[in-house]
Formats: sequence, C-alpha cells, structure tokens
Amino acid sequence: MYAFTFHRPQTVRQAAGLLTKNGDAKLLAGGQTLLPTMKLRLAGPPQIIDMTLIEGMSGIEQSGRTLTIGAMTTHNEVNTSPVVQQAAPVLAKLAGMIGDPAVRHRGTIGGSIANNDPNADYPAACLGLGATIVTNKRRIKADEFFTGMFSTVLEPAEIITKVIFPLPKKAAYQKFRNQASRFALVGVFVSKRGSEIRVAVTGAGSNGVFRVKSFEEALKKRFSPKSLEGMTIPADGMNSDIHGSAEYRAHLVGVLARRAVAEAIGKPAA
Amino acid sequence: MSGTGIGAAVRRKEDQRFITGKGHYTDDINRPGQAFAYFIRSPHAHATIKSIDAKAASAMPGVVAVLTGAELATDKIGNLICGWMIHSKDGSPMKMAAHPALASGKACHVGDPIAVVIAETLPQARDAAEKVKVDYAALPAVADPAAAQKSGAPQIHDIAPNNTIYQWHLGDAKAVDAAFKSAKHVTKLDIVNNRLVPNAIEPRAAIGDYDSGAGTFTLWNTTQNPHVARLVIAAFVGMAPEHKLRVIAPDVGGGFGSKIFIYPEEVVALWASRRVGRPVKWVAERSEAFLADAHGRDHVTHAEMAFDADGKITGLRAKTVANLGAYMSTFSSSVPTYLYATLLSGQYEIPHIYCEVDAVYTNTVPVDAYRGAGRPEATFVVERLVEVGAREMGQDPAELRRKNFIKNFPHQTPVIMTYDAGDYNASLKKAMELADYKSFAKRKRESARHGKLRGIGLSTYIEACGIAPSQAVGSLGCGVGLWESAEVRVNPTGSVEILTGTHAHGQGHETTFAQVVSERLGIPIENVLVVHGDTDKVQFGMGTYGSRSGAVGMSALVKALDKVEAKAKKVAAHLLEAAEGDIEFKDGKFSVAGTDKSAAWGDVSLNAYIAHKFSGAELEPGLKEGAFYDPTNFTFPAGCHICEVEVDTETGNTEIVAWTAVDDFGVVVNPMIVEGQVHGGIAQGVGQALCEGAIYDKDGQLVTGSFMDYAMPRANHLPTLTVDTTMTKCPSNPLGIKGCGEAGAIAAPAAVINAITDAIGTENLAMPATPATVWAALQKTGMPRAA
Ligand SMILES: Cc1cc2nc3c(=O)[nH]c(=O)nc-3n(C[C@H](O)[C@H](O)[C@H](O)COP(=O)(O)OP(=O)(O)OC[C@H]3O[C@@H](n4cnc5c(N)ncnc54)[C@H](O)[C@@H]3O)c2cc1C
Repeated sequence: MYAFTFHRPQTVRQAAGLLTKNGDAKLLAGGQTLLPTMKLRLAGPPQIIDMTLIEGMSGIEQSGRTLTIGAMTTHNEVNTSPVVQQAAPVLAKLAGMIGDPAVRHRGTIGGSIANNDPNADYPAACLGLGATIVTNKRRIKADEFFTGMFSTVLEPAEIITKVIFPLPKKAAYQKFRNQASRFALVGVFVSKRGSEIRVAVTGAGSNGVFRVKSFEEALKKRFSPKSLEGMTIPADGMNSDIHGSAEYRAHLVGVLARRAVAEAIGKPAA
Repeated sequence: MSGTGIGAAVRRKEDQRFITGKGHYTDDINRPGQAFAYFIRSPHAHATIKSIDAKAASAMPGVVAVLTGAELATDKIGNLICGWMIHSKDGSPMKMAAHPALASGKACHVGDPIAVVIAETLPQARDAAEKVKVDYAALPAVADPAAAQKSGAPQIHDIAPNNTIYQWHLGDAKAVDAAFKSAKHVTKLDIVNNRLVPNAIEPRAAIGDYDSGAGTFTLWNTTQNPHVARLVIAAFVGMAPEHKLRVIAPDVGGGFGSKIFIYPEEVVALWASRRVGRPVKWVAERSEAFLADAHGRDHVTHAEMAFDADGKITGLRAKTVANLGAYMSTFSSSVPTYLYATLLSGQYEIPHIYCEVDAVYTNTVPVDAYRGAGRPEATFVVERLVEVGAREMGQDPAELRRKNFIKNFPHQTPVIMTYDAGDYNASLKKAMELADYKSFAKRKRESARHGKLRGIGLSTYIEACGIAPSQAVGSLGCGVGLWESAEVRVNPTGSVEILTGTHAHGQGHETTFAQVVSERLGIPIENVLVVHGDTDKVQFGMGTYGSRSGAVGMSALVKALDKVEAKAKKVAAHLLEAAEGDIEFKDGKFSVAGTDKSAAWGDVSLNAYIAHKFSGAELEPGLKEGAFYDPTNFTFPAGCHICEVEVDTETGNTEIVAWTAVDDFGVVVNPMIVEGQVHGGIAQGVGQALCEGAIYDKDGQLVTGSFMDYAMPRANHLPTLTVDTTMTKCPSNPLGIKGCGEAGAIAAPAAVINAITDAIGTENLAMPATPATVWAALQKTGMPRAA
C-alpha cells in the first residue's frame, strides 16, 4: 500500500466537496475491492474518503411495493434482513452468495454497483429488477447506469446514496460460480412484475451486465422454463478465458435462465 | 497401558496452541534491530539483465542496502544445488545449470529474484524496490516442456542443449516390446499430469541473524528439514560454516513438500544480515508464493498397457516429459525418476515395464516434490490404464484389478522395488462393500431420472514411503543418507524429552511421537515433550517428507527407547537389589521376576540421577540415549479409493457424491490423526482432479497467479468421506508402520477421473476436470443434453 491521506467526512456533501477538490481521491465504502488493489499497489490514491461516519447512508426500508437500500448497507445486512427476506427473498439470497462472511460483513451494495465488476452479483439484481440508483446529484435508471466493464455513468464527484428496487412478483437468481474467485462465471437474474419481464446476465458479457431481450420476449408469452427451451444467445461478445470459453458462457446463460425461471415459479431447478 | 499409547485416538497436544493463536511461526519472531527484505523479481519469463541501477533506491528513506547478484558473486556465495544425481541413458550426468540466489546476467522465470532491498520497514523496502531500475532485454521464452525440447526453442541454459536436463530410462525395453507384440489387447493413453501450486497456508519466511561477536549465524526458516538446509547452506552455498550456523524451524504452517527445498531467499537473508550487520527478515506475500515456491507435478506422458487374452497385464511402457522449470530445485531430479517410474507396477503383477523420462528446463518456477512426489503421477498412469483397459475389453474394472493383483510377498517388481507386504484384495473387497459397489447400476438409474450422469471410479494405488534406505538411495544417485535419529532424555522426575530429526508442519508429531513413548514407558503423553526443528537441540536429522516420520523417525525413537529401557533395568536392578536378568519392565513398572518387589518408572529415573544405589564406576549416572535408524526397505502403503460422481450435463459440473477410502497403512499410531491425513490428502487430490492447475501463457507469464484464478478445493467439493483401513504389518520396521501422509493425494486424482469418464463415456478428459472442461468433452461425445 502507498501512503495516503485519510478523510472521514460526516455528510455526503462534505464527501462530495472533498472529491471535487481532490481529483485523484477515492471513496472508501467496505473496501473489499479498493483495499486489495491498494495492497497489491495496483491503485495508490493519495486521498481516501471514508464514508463510514456519514449518517443515513445505510439501512433498509420498505414502502409499498418498493424497497430502498442505503448505499453503505453491507451484503450481510441485506442477506439477514427480515424485511428483505420477506419483501424480496431473491435479494437476500443473492447478497448471501457474495464472497465469504468477512467480505459480506464489510462489502456494500453501493460499492458493488459503483465498481460494476463484470462478474459481480448486484449489477444483475439492479438490471434484473429495474432498480433506480440514487446519487447525491440525480436518480439513474439501472438500464442507463451500467456502461461496460468497471464503468458506469457516475461522474467524478458523484456518490451513490441509495438504491430503490421495485418489488417483483416472481424473481430468482442463478449463480454459476467461478471455482477460483467464487464470483459469477455466469449469473442470470429473472423477474416478473406485472407485464414487465427482465432477464439480466452478469459474468458472461465482455461488456459487463446486460439484458437478454430475446429471452424476455419469449417469457412474456409464458413465464415458464419451457418458453426458453432450446434458446441460446450468440457467443459473440461473451468473455473467454481460462475459466470458460465464450461458447460455454453463452450456453450457460440459457441453462441458468431456464433454471432461474423454474425457481421463480417455485419449481425445483433441475 | 496408559490409554495414550499406540492405537489410541488421542487429541492432538499441539492443537491447544494452534487453535488459540499461540502458535509461534517465523513471522511471529522479531529480532532486536531487525531490518526487512523485499525482493525485486523478474517480470519477464526470460530476459538478459543489462544493468541494475540502485542509486535512486539507495537514497530512499529507511534504505539500508540494495544488493544484487554482483555483490553475491563478490562475496563468493555459492549456487543452490540439486542433491540427487541422475544419469542419462547414455551415461552422461544431468545438466545442472548454475542457480545463484540472485540472478546474475539473466532472469529465467517470472519471479526470479534479481535484487533485494533491505530497509528499516517493509513499506520502505517496497517503496525503494520500485525505484530500482533494472534494464532488461526480453528474450523469447518457453513454458511448455514439449516445446522446450524442439529445435529452435529458446535456450535457457548453455549447459543443456534443447533444454534437456537428462534422458533417463528404467526397465527392459526389449522385453516390453516383445510383450506388446504378443499382446491380445493394448490400451494407449496420452496423459497430462497438471502443474500445481502447493499453497501452504503459511507463506515461506526467513530471518537471517549474524552475530559478528561470536561469528555465528542463526536462520529462522519455514523448512521441513532444518538440518538439510544447514548442510546445503554450509557445504554447498558456503554461506556459513556448519558448526556456526543454527537453523530453527519453529511452528511451520504446512509444507506439502514445498518447504523441503533450499531457496534463494533464506540464503539471501543470512548473507544480507552479515553484510548489513543486522537481523534481516523476509516473509513471502501470497503472490510471491505463487511465483517463487516450487510447483508440483507437470508431466506429459504417453503410456501403454498390454494385456493377454485373459486380461492379465503383460507389459507397460511410458514415455514422460517432466517440466523441471527454470532451475533444478533441491530434489527435483528424483521426482520424475526414482519416485515415479519405480511405482509403475502399481498393485499388479506386471512382468515387464519400461519407462523413459526426459526432464526439461522451461521458463517457469522450478518444479519439485509436492505431496506424493512422483507417486501420484505413477498412480495416475497405472490406474487410468487399468480402468480404460477394462472398459475397452468389456471387463469389470474391479475384477480386472483383482485378477492382476500381486498376491505373494515379498514381490520383486521389474522396476527396482521389492514390495514387502500387502493384501490388495482385502482393501478392494472392503472398499467395494462400503461403497455398495454392486448396487451402482441402480444408483445410476436414479441419477438419470434427475437428469444427471453418474459414474464410479476406482483407484487401487500403491506408494513407496518410509523414505529411505540410505544404501539404496545412494546407489540411485541421492547425495544424502535418509536415515533418521532420535534421542530420549529422561528427567529425574520421570518425565521425558524426545528429540527427533523429523519435523512437524501439520502432522501432529508432538502427539504421535509422545504416544510411542507412552506405550513403551507407561507414562501419559502429557509427560512427554517432543523437540524438533532446531539444529542446536537436535544433533542431526533428515526432516519430514515422503511419509517417513513414522516409519523411519519413530523407528529411531524405538531404538533409543530400547537403550533407555536396557539402562533403566540396570538401575532398577541396583534399586531392587536383584540380578539385572531378573528385572522385568511392563506398564511402567520394574519388577523382579517371581517376587512382589517392584519399582515405579519415576523411582528408577530418579535413582538413575541421584546415583545413590550404584557406583558410578560400574554404571554411569543419568538416563539419556540416542539412536540412528536406517531403514532396510521402503514401506508400501496401499489401498483402494472409490469415487462416485454425478455430472450435470448442462453445466458440466461434477459433484462427488460418495467417497470410500480403505487404506493399509500398517500399524496406526493415532487413528484420528491418520483419518485427518487421509481427508487432507483426498482434498488435495480432488483439487488436482477438479480445479487446481497452474497455467502459463506462451510468453511464460503465470496466468493463475492468485486465488482469483487458481482454484483451491473447498469443503463443497467433498462429500462426507467414508474412511477405513485394513492392516498388514510392515515387516521392515519395529512398529510395523507404513506411513499415511500422501496416500489420499496419490489415490484421489485417478479415482475422480475414472469416475467422471465413466459417467460421460469418453476417456478424453484433462485435469483439472472443471465444469467448462467436462462440458466441452460432453459436446464432443455428441451426448444429448438433458432437459
Ligand atoms: C474475497 C472476495 C470475494 C468477493 N466475492 C464477490 C462475489 O462473489 N460477488 C460480488 O458481487 N462481489 C464479490 N466481491 C466484491 C465485494 O462484493 C465488494 O464488497 C464490492 O464489489 C465493493 O463494495 P465495497 O463496499 O467493498 O466497496 P469499496 O471497495 O470500498 O469501493 C469500491 C469502489 O467503489 C467506489 N464506491 C464505493 N462506494 C461508493 C458510493 N457509495 N458511491 C460511489 N462510489 C462508491 C469506491 O471509490 C471504489 O472505487 C468479493 C470481494 C472479495 C474481497
């Protein structure tokens, strides 16, 4: 790790001010992505702005058919929250699949989404549920938020404060793990809310999380794994590395989508 | 019997300290005035080092020194060596290239240490390291062993044309050819034994501490064999005279072979300490462990097995190319030769065997012994051939094995080894019963109903442990003897310290060695202290690897205990005023035959020291004895592992649904510890079979350089293991012990791959059989995808 100046602002406004003043500064949430890269000296921000003292940035609230999760809420809090478990069990389960207990007790939803790791789980949930990402400046639809591997529409001094999830009628997430990192080699999130059907895929695409419109169309006819029978997506644009070829990933998208739909409608995933 | 003797499943004495965080590892040790070392390592797989400019770095805050290969040469520090001479077929000696502790002139693998920064703090050393300017001229690199032998391949060391270290062979080629000519069936396989990173939990570490007043050196080091480290560093590297070098291996957190070897970093820590006049500490980061710990396996083999019309094996031949990496590590040469080809007979009566092995240099981390060392590679070859042979000939794999088992002992194989005892049928039979082998077809149908392919795989392995008879290994090129020593020091109050030349880094010696003493002297294990890992305390020893500590180390202990008992009887005779010949010793009590006169162990030990009852002229006071034990043969643990898998055809994911292990380890000192060793070994073998694999790209960069890409086995890879034993005593050592440390890792890979290939119906499956690999193999078979 390189030496850095450590700031602990009390408010989002102060944090944003510090960011504006120090172009190379980095926000620190749970540190589960940032700190490892700093320890490996792959990143060396001269200023670290720790958000743990900012009040009101974490917490879970349900109002009607929406669930609001503060950006600093940890994966463990989401995983174990009775509110989430009741209102959106799929989210609680997804959060419980992230990393290991240590990671889940530190890592946050805001950090995960801001980072937009192409293999991360939360981006699939945001896109798969049609979430709204709220920042200190604006509200951003998930469909517009994720712009590619490790990239989002967030501007330099923009801070995610919370994420608003509309509650689905049916939803499920199927994660096929990379055996080494335990991130998603491919993860497929499906949801049904009224007539809105979403299928979001993480891990597979070389451009990060994406929706599969062809699957969504098919599922609109009937929300059943049968509707996706034999359907695949092209291997073009899929990641290919030592953990799996593009063909394999494309194939898994179909398999996991069918299994997710089966799970969402309460059938045991084969 | 005190209840803590041989065969008792007593809890490990050492766990109290390990579990409560009171272990004392090298990194827990800090010396007054200590400075920190950080190594600058080559980012290139192969490069000329044109210049090293340390000016800016030397001026950085806290920097004590920046040292390079040039200073090492000035100080005449010798090269690291490989201690086992192998000769090629043509009689020429192996081509051992110079291996300086800091590369001079040329870097030969990514991670090759080029220079070291010594600074007040580790962060300062790291900061300064970034300012050292190394001017490299990159050279073409080669990481693949087969490619390295081709003409036109980059040449790594001048001494080794075509990067070939030796071309060795064993066995009778002509007799094997004849066997194949008259064979009814021949099974042929191309096998890659995947390269592994050992990944002990505790990374390697070293503290060098030079005392200029006394002219002595101390090295705290994560080593499995402190005396061998001292010998090599003194006699070959010439870093310090042997009598002035103390090597201490404190608690060591796992080794699996990777901490046997003498590495550059510990030599540099000692040397730097003398240079800067301060203790110097180095602790590897996990990334360094990937790039600088000796890797394991990495064989490419073509193997064939010949059968007659009855399915009897008539011959085996194998041609192996073994990747030894950029330099020859300490015992690297022996692994793909005498620890490999000598086990190619497996548990079978095979009249003729011939094996050729080419060892080659590549631009990769050196490769050396890793849990099993050569024997897992041999078992994989033999057990895949037998399994595939059975399938090709339409025979039951278990039956084919049984038909070919060696049944009479001792048995001389055509590849050096004389198996002394075993009952292979017994372990196969018991394993098949425990695994309910006969109902497999029913389970397979049930799996199919759930859309899963089920497979079953056997591995009836053998290993040569108890390493090793000195004369035998000497005749095969080993530079050291592989006996073991023990000393038993009885205190006046009757408690006992035993000193062993073996070393524990997870094996539980503090418990098991104490159990041997407990059994013999009738005292509880709490009254026995096991001392190891310090060359100032233990006079000499060969360390721990090759499942040798029980078979060889405990045998030395038994010899020393024999002497202790003999002396104690003399003392007891004086104490009880009886003839020495009438003294009997049983259950911790000395008694006079035919009388009710007796003396407790503690009375006798006390009297040995107060010496009031005898004249020192006829009997020396004290009770302390030492012994060296040199085995007369290897030991031959063997057994049968049966693995059952379910393969998800849609994802290619393999789930191991059942595992049965029945091993014959001879006499078992502590069944709980043995079970733990079997569990750990199976986990490592399953790791090799399902997920582990070190991958280099064509430029020699390690793609799997962290746990993000290198997959370790996890609890979820394993079902509840059914572990049992059968027993034939080892006839060659006093306790009848064979050894158990490596068995699981040796048996497991073949069992897993035999099971998966049985499930998916194709033999063409590489390790690690990751979901992606299995899925790709399934696509080639044209198997219909399950719904
Ligand atoms: C061993 C391990 C395993 C893991 N496994 C998984 C897994 O299986 N699935 C998965 O999805 N993730 C996994 N992760 C990543 C983990 O979920 C991280 O917690 C998450 O990606 C980042 O969250 P954080 O709170 O730790 O963010 P930090 O590391 O603190 O920050 C990450 C980045 O986001 C920025 N940032 C943080 N918060 C905000 C904010 N509110 N507004 C704007 N920018 C912000 C930071 O400046 C930084 O650039 C794993 C991590 C580890 C170490």
